Amino acid sequence: MKRLRRAFLAPAWAVIGALFLGPLALVGLYSFLTRGAYGGLGQPWTLENYTRLLDPLYGAILVRSFLMAGAATAVCLLLAFPVALWIARAGPRRNLYLQLVIIPFWTSFLVRTYAWMFLLRDTGLFNTALQALGLIDEPLPLLYTPGAVLLGLVYGFLPFMVLPVYAALERIDRNLLEASADLGARPWATLTRIVIPLSAPGIRAGAVLVFIPCLGAYLTPDLLGGGKQIMIGNLIQNQFTTARDWPFGSAVSLALMLAAMALLVLFARRGAKELL
Amino acid sequence: MRRLLPLYVVAFYLFLHLPIAILAVFSFNHSRFTVWEGFSLRWYRAAFEDPQLAEGALNSLIIAVAATAMATAVGTLAAYGLWKRGSPLLAGSLYLSLVTPEIVMGVSLLAFYQWLFRFPGLRLGLHTVILAHVTFSLAYVVVVVLARLRTLDPALEEAAMDLGATEWGAFRTVTLPALAPGIAAAALLAFTISFDDYVITSMVAGVDSETLPMVIYAMARRGANPVLNAISAVIVFGLGALVLVSERLRAR
Amino acid sequence: MSNVGPVLELRNLTKDYPGHRALDGVSLEAPPGAFYALLGPSGCGKTTTLRLIAGFEPPTAGDIFLDGERINDRRPYERNVSTVFQNYALFPHLTVRGNVEYGLRRRGFDGLERRVREVLELVQLTGKDSRYPSEISGGERQRAALARSLVLAPDVLLLDEPLSALDPNLRKQVRAELKQLQRRVGITFLFVTHDQEEALSLSDRVAVMHRGRIEQIGAPEDVYLRPRTRFVASFLGAVNWLDGAGIRPEATRISRTAPAAGTRSLPATVERCVFLGNCLQVEARLATGQTVVAETSRLDGGFTAGESVHLWWRAADELLFPAEG
Repeated sequence: MKRLRRAFLAPAWAVIGALFLGPLALVGLYSFLTRGAYGGLGQPWTLENYTRLLDPLYGAILVRSFLMAGAATAVCLLLAFPVALWIARAGPRRNLYLQLVIIPFWTSFLVRTYAWMFLLRDTGLFNTALQALGLIDEPLPLLYTPGAVLLGLVYGFLPFMVLPVYAALERIDRNLLEASADLGARPWATLTRIVIPLSAPGIRAGAVLVFIPCLGAYLTPDLLGGGKQIMIGNLIQNQFTTARDWPFGSAVSLALMLAAMALLVLFARRGAKELL
Repeated sequence: MRRLLPLYVVAFYLFLHLPIAILAVFSFNHSRFTVWEGFSLRWYRAAFEDPQLAEGALNSLIIAVAATAMATAVGTLAAYGLWKRGSPLLAGSLYLSLVTPEIVMGVSLLAFYQWLFRFPGLRLGLHTVILAHVTFSLAYVVVVVLARLRTLDPALEEAAMDLGATEWGAFRTVTLPALAPGIAAAALLAFTISFDDYVITSMVAGVDSETLPMVIYAMARRGANPVLNAISAVIVFGLGALVLVSERLRAR
Repeated sequence: MSNVGPVLELRNLTKDYPGHRALDGVSLEAPPGAFYALLGPSGCGKTTTLRLIAGFEPPTAGDIFLDGERINDRRPYERNVSTVFQNYALFPHLTVRGNVEYGLRRRGFDGLERRVREVLELVQLTGKDSRYPSEISGGERQRAALARSLVLAPDVLLLDEPLSALDPNLRKQVRAELKQLQRRVGITFLFVTHDQEEALSLSDRVAVMHRGRIEQIGAPEDVYLRPRTRFVASFLGAVNWLDGAGIRPEATRISRTAPAAGTRSLPATVERCVFLGNCLQVEARLATGQTVVAETSRLDGGFTAGESVHLWWRAADELLFPAEG
């Protein structure tokens, strides 16, 4: 009996163990090695790869990544909360409205990022329209700016904020809202004193689900930042390809993972239990 | 204030959908510039005639089908195991794989494969990509199937066993049929994720296993391109349709 | 209280929902300081009435007057009524004290601390004020909900099925405590229930509702002993319908010998005799096939199945109703 149950989990363990946890451990290992002469891996075990992270050159990248991820999370929350609230109160068609949020998200992140390239470039729609309206003479550099990257990140991860916030809002007992009104609280007070505090778990879950991928974003800063807005993800990719410094790349990867796990443990433990 | 909310919601949905819509509209533009010059299918023709795109699409399809099949099978079994028994360790690992940044997963798989290549005869190719795709799709399949399982009454399987079915028989005749829409939804989702992946794929693909996203990325890097608009529109609406079906199945 | 009139008055209250009419011309007056019950089966409109008074939904027609003022157009937070919900609706993220203070903070109150302390003493929750709703018992939660509403000194306190969420063995005790509380506080309590025992034991006045209408309003004894319609009679207690008149089981006498001439009686055969502890319940079958229930003291000795008996009653105990449509 129990053997059968264990058999159900075995294939998943094989995949996760060999193709996820194992490789991560390998990378962890590599982070303590040294870059070989021709870009391979050399013997001297060292902590130098980690201390290199403190170098101001890389520090700027780290700071930019955290700021960008933080900004994207904040913007996502501000944009998503009213919509989640509206959908939670929307009655029988709420599933439709949710789907309208979810579906675009699942259709090609790459294409959706490219769409903004198309819109923001010098000969793109925004600039052409602004010029046609006579508001500007020369195209504005909209693409390849921090703003473009922020926009791309927000656009990409907005649904990740809407869903958990909606789930938390939907769970709030309607009676509590009536009780609040019954006790004299006007709608805005009910929102700030009851609804928002009770949706905090959803907000936390959403924030983590947005912040972490944004921190490790690669495509968005690459395509929309044009190589001028390097974030941690780009740095890692670079180390494993062009720069061929795998140990350093591994160290950065591990640092990123540790940051992600720390955030998870601090903020989203319950969210994880609900999902799985 | 109350009246502003619906307006905001409309603006929100427009923000979400307009960029793609505009892209699609301009894919029919005869001109390669932003000025509208008339309806045309020339870019679609160019896209379908491009050998690189065709090969990329084929590779993506092969990979997606293979990875989906495996991820769905493994994931369904895992979800069932987690439902019946629970394994915080596995659940935690799966959740970790969900939130791990793609680049980290990509480089770690690359490192792992390179380490494996000390054994002769192994190199990067479609198979390395497929395995990578199974890895990152797994958690999504588990989440979807598990959510579906939680809507089922565990007493049903017990009733089946009470009436003489074995554990496997009960699973097969009672749980699996009820689970079918959820499994289908998970499979569609896995397909979509796999088809679209760029970051991880680019790290573990070999020279002759370029996928569609990789071709698209290379084109995008060079700047906006009307052929890209066309292929983008096809992808978005194709995958969009799949996801729509998947969501409908989940709702059943 | 500014005037001696009713503190709450409903005039011809009507509420329509798509497809059905929940309330049809409901009128009542609740005097100050009364314990008023809305009694009726589920679906009769009693909870709808409560929600209309609280302001959660607007009436389709009719008026609601609170202390002489028409409050139809006021939002719930503008009405001086407070509701104790069936599941108490305590805010889970606030302590008991946080819950009780909630309405007060809204009004920026002086002497807040003293008011809160007094009301917590009133409901006997002193010492539990820093607990969270999830950490206290069901009975304590009800008291916290009461405190939360009472601290605002509403004109009327609305209670939605106050005893239904409690353990059955707790109910009698809480009933007594609620009655006592209302006496001390002196505010009109208007509560909704489907349990006639609750309504009869707690209230000063009962309004019996059926299908969106009020069938009868009166003191508990009036409604029980002098019901005006068949529905009220049968909802408030068991009724035997004999010869077109209703006789309560406790007024249905049973004996082996024929009663005195001139007494209303019917012959019957005993089917069952059930020992209920404090009395005997005898089920007997008439010649017509109808089953009648008679309650008799157990000191009369038991009856066995198959025995022939006489059922008789006093004319004064008859409940008569005009032919109803």
